[in-house]
Amino acid sequence: MSNVRNKKRAGSSLPFFFKDSTIVSFIIILISSILLYITFTFDIVPPILNRGIQPATFPKALLLLIISLTLIIFFLSIKKSWKEEKKLPTEFYITLGCFLLFLFVSKFLDFFLGISLLSAIVSYFWGERRLIFILFVSILFPIIVFIFFETILGLRFPSGIITDLYYS
Amino acid sequence: MENLSFILAPLFSSKLLIVLFLGTLFGLVLGVLPGLGPTTGGALILPFTMTLDPISAIVLLTAIYCAGTYGGAITAILINTPGTPAAAATCLDGYPLAQKGEAGRALGMATVSSVVGGLISVLVLIFFAPLLAQLAYEFGQPEYFALAIFGLTMLASIGEGSPIKNLIAGAFGILISTVGKDFMTSIDRFTFGINELTEGIGFIPVVVGLFAISEMLTQSTLLNQVFNRVALKAVKLPTKDDYKKTWKTILRSSGIGSFIGVLPAEGGTVASLIGYSEAKRWSKKPEDFGKGSIEGIAGAEAANNAATGGAMVPTLALGIPGSATTAVILTGLIIHGVRPGPDLFREQPEFLYGIFGSMLIANILFFILGFFGAKLFARITLVPNKLLWPMIFAISVCGTYSLSQSLTDVWIMLLFGVIGFFMRRYGFSVVPVIIGLILGELVEGTLRQSLVIFEGNWLMFFQRPIVLIFFILSLIALGFPLIKKKKI
Repeated sequence: MSNVRNKKRAGSSLPFFFKDSTIVSFIIILISSILLYITFTFDIVPPILNRGIQPATFPKALLLLIISLTLIIFFLSIKKSWKEEKKLPTEFYITLGCFLLFLFVSKFLDFFLGISLLSAIVSYFWGERRLIFILFVSILFPIIVFIFFETILGLRFPSGIITDLYYS
Repeated sequence: MENLSFILAPLFSSKLLIVLFLGTLFGLVLGVLPGLGPTTGGALILPFTMTLDPISAIVLLTAIYCAGTYGGAITAILINTPGTPAAAATCLDGYPLAQKGEAGRALGMATVSSVVGGLISVLVLIFFAPLLAQLAYEFGQPEYFALAIFGLTMLASIGEGSPIKNLIAGAFGILISTVGKDFMTSIDRFTFGINELTEGIGFIPVVVGLFAISEMLTQSTLLNQVFNRVALKAVKLPTKDDYKKTWKTILRSSGIGSFIGVLPAEGGTVASLIGYSEAKRWSKKPEDFGKGSIEGIAGAEAANNAATGGAMVPTLALGIPGSATTAVILTGLIIHGVRPGPDLFREQPEFLYGIFGSMLIANILFFILGFFGAKLFARITLVPNKLLWPMIFAISVCGTYSLSQSLTDVWIMLLFGVIGFFMRRYGFSVVPVIIGLILGELVEGTLRQSLVIFEGNWLMFFQRPIVLIFFILSLIALGFPLIKKKKI
């Protein structure tokens, strides 16, 4: 496996099942097939109420189109392979991880705490080391946004440990 | 005469003038920031437009569109990084000219040619949009279905990426539009038992996710990029000699840009590339291109700004987006309950002509702001990504949440951000997803209503001449990129 990774980084030719085109095509076809299966579970309208086509027909046609087109790009990629993408940097995974952290914190603790945490972590790991700037993007700016939405647009944010302090 | 008064109306409304000024200012700021631009910026501002009346909202979005397209040239010339994809061709000669110590002259030419291109294209819009709408009066459901199919097949020839990948992305966009209760039978589709999904997936979470959040993820992979900035003293108006050299190029590129803009799903990027290559082809000194040719800057900038008005023609007359940014503007119209098309011309001419007038004023405003403020706007690029993107994230989540005060919308936005990132990484443009999402309801609705009219007989489609014309055009649109590719 590590040999394959090294090969990929070196840009040398990979076995076809490790190529980006194969992996991407496989994922699209897999997801489309699952969705296609789901369309068979849609309710069927009795002929008297059915105007034109069944509700499942259109999505089915679309999914079959996606699968067919994906097969075409896959077979074309055997002839001419896609440009191999560079390995994603650590900062990308940290940013993605921050999204998950935001989902968790905003759902179970506080919406603005989620924004503040994400802003502070992303800013730090993207290279900001000056505390004053980190505090600006993670505390001051979310407060400005909160005030703008809350007072000017009259929006009520979901309750949470910090937001409730303001509302109470 | 009455229409002229509608066009001039924004000039006499202080509210609209303020909106126009703010939109132009915001558009310029977005245009100079690489990775943002009028499409992402328009997507970011969409939730805020809900607090405005429809005319102010659309005026704001169109001002952002016009100014943002021009703003991309500032960074293209000064740091060799196009603020918007449409300014990519401007880098080719703008940056070399700036390196020769003539950044002010390069920016001056970019500003003047952008304004001329923009103004000519608005005139094209004022003239052609009502004509096209008039033609569309003849359309019934089958014709609209064929038109929507034509709009979708144009996705294949969108500037960037492979045609097949664009079609997959477009089909994915239409698939998203099928989520929720079926509008004819009220049967749930792809709702997975989630109540919030029964109303369908909103435009804004998808648009903000695909443009802003996916761009944030893209920026996280580009942190080591270094920009070499060229100093700018002041923007200079082109000299008499410059005008002599470029006036034909500006007019030609304005025509090219307006025409390409009118084609559904094409836009400023394609227009500027063709405008640039035509400028080179007709130039007396083609060898200067790529080394700081003033004609090269004029050709690219006049074309990409001319595409703005052109792209609004199918958007307003038929409800088919002419470019990525007009797809966002169309989203803005739809969320304000305005469905563009011929009926809009008949029922609300003051609304449409107000948009035309606003675009004219926006072009003049960005000339003034761009001319006097380019130096200041260029400084905006100094805001580091490590501070800028966390702030954009905060605005994105709050804006998306504000729509229906639902966290589900925020989850959807983040999900589409991740999907958008991987789509771009592997060469799938995200623009067709948005166009597919916008046209999806139209495609399915008109198909099913047509089948009701035809009593299920599919062959009846081929008995209608307009439908046949659109089907033939669709086949050409599908085949053209493949033929073009083979030739290359």
